[in-house]
Amino acid sequence: MRFFEYESRAIVAKAGIPITKQGFAKTPEEARRIAEQIGGPVVIKSQVLSGGRMKAGGVKFADTPDEAAGHAERILELEIGGHMPRGVLVDDRADVKHEYYAGVVWDGIRKLPVILFSDMGGIDIEEVAENHPDHVARAHFSTLRPFSDWQAKQLISSLGVTGSALNRLTPILARLARLFLSYDMTLAEINPLGELTDGAFVALDAHMDMENEARPRQKELLHELGVGDEETRQAREPTPFELAGEQVDAMDHRGVAGNVTEFDGNLGLVIGAGGGSLTLFDAVRAQGGKPANYCEIGGNPSVRKACGLAKLVLQKPGVERIAVMMSIVSNTRVDIVARGVIKACVELGHDPAEKIAIFRIPGAWEEEGFKILERYGIEYADRSVSLHEAARRAVEKIQGGNGAGAEGDQFRQTTAEIGSETDV
Amino acid sequence: MTDALFIDVEVDASVAQDRELAAKLTEVCPVDIFAQSDDGALEIVQENLDECVLCELCINAAPPGTVKVIKLYSGETLPAGAAVAGG
Ligand code: SF4
Repeated sequence: MRFFEYESRAIVAKAGIPITKQGFAKTPEEARRIAEQIGGPVVIKSQVLSGGRMKAGGVKFADTPDEAAGHAERILELEIGGHMPRGVLVDDRADVKHEYYAGVVWDGIRKLPVILFSDMGGIDIEEVAENHPDHVARAHFSTLRPFSDWQAKQLISSLGVTGSALNRLTPILARLARLFLSYDMTLAEINPLGELTDGAFVALDAHMDMENEARPRQKELLHELGVGDEETRQAREPTPFELAGEQVDAMDHRGVAGNVTEFDGNLGLVIGAGGGSLTLFDAVRAQGGKPANYCEIGGNPSVRKACGLAKLVLQKPGVERIAVMMSIVSNTRVDIVARGVIKACVELGHDPAEKIAIFRIPGAWEEEGFKILERYGIEYADRSVSLHEAARRAVEKIQGGNGAGAEGDQFRQTTAEIGSETDV
Repeated sequence: MTDALFIDVEVDASVAQDRELAAKLTEVCPVDIFAQSDDGALEIVQENLDECVLCELCINAAPPGTVKVIKLYSGETLPAGAAVAGG
């Protein structure tokens, strides 16, 4: 879950990291008042959950409150990356001597957070890492043991920072690491971290991303920031199809059958199990298939829920058939999912054998599941058939045998764009 | 007659009229296939039949041979080998 810059700055300040004098404004008048209170040159920054603000004209400098109000008026009406701003941040234009970078990000491969520090701030850290690797220091740290100031100091000093700068930067970096852990962040970044002419350090910009699953336990923070439960903070608003998927998943407490993402293909997917959704989605595309959706099913959902998800996918305009595929299941029951998807077909007046291109879910209660599938004449596969082969068969069926191997040209989205999956 | 596609449940009249047994069946079924009417008699919740997880808890909670779970997709019954009424 992404935070706006003004929220990220509030989080940073809450963690005890100094920030510049600033305020969030929703109208030009409010912007003027904040600029008056700051009492000097200010920066007006559009508050959108999208990059490229500077290039799009969403960041302007003002010397007077009147100028600040004028910029705010224009920025508040400026769409950036398909988003209208929520407001503007009116920020003190600090007297900066040097810019640093401080960040913590979750390393999904090492399954640990990694803390990064650079003495070249104000530009993308990826760019610095590529062109000036000796200006980036990094270290993984434990999520169990408390993060100590000493760890921060060691990292900063490895880049040759000494003296007063080292002493002042150390608590900032340590607090950023602690903030990352205590607020379940996946990214906590201060860039630039400015060294002012008087030697003080302040966060000039911040970017925070919180693990979406942590929302329930971070209610207090979200409440303080005024973030409501209804705010999804996705890159785009959920479509009616995706909202309907949430309703299916909320039908009862059993398992997961939802988290759908809409695409515009003709092969509906009912897929899941421990990362299986991402693998299967990619497998379908690799075979030249055009997925109509992404989804997650697992954790032994009820027949009703599996049926609800399958119905939703079957009713999506453009869907010709569905493929029901999972990696090997242990707690999800094959027979229960089979009942659900067949029931969906029957209740919608379809022949399950015609509508279900393939059913490939091996695992718990598969013998019972296979009996059901046989009864309805549905093509099914056991664990001797790989996920990729199952995807190939489904694509072949929907394309009349002509599609295997072709590139799905309309489908440029990748699983990275879908976002992170909660494995079930 | 059931609207369910996959599962049917048959309960002997002696069990259906017995409040205590009806309460027991209502309690043991994990997917709410049994309920009790106002007078305590057993009711089968038709819309939940297809949720049956074949756990046999109902069969074990009632006297032998009085509760049968029928798999409509294969004709098999639980407990295994039990005869289905009317065929
Ligand atoms: S077998 Fe289990 S789930 Fe099915 S009706 Fe009996 S108690 Fe309920």
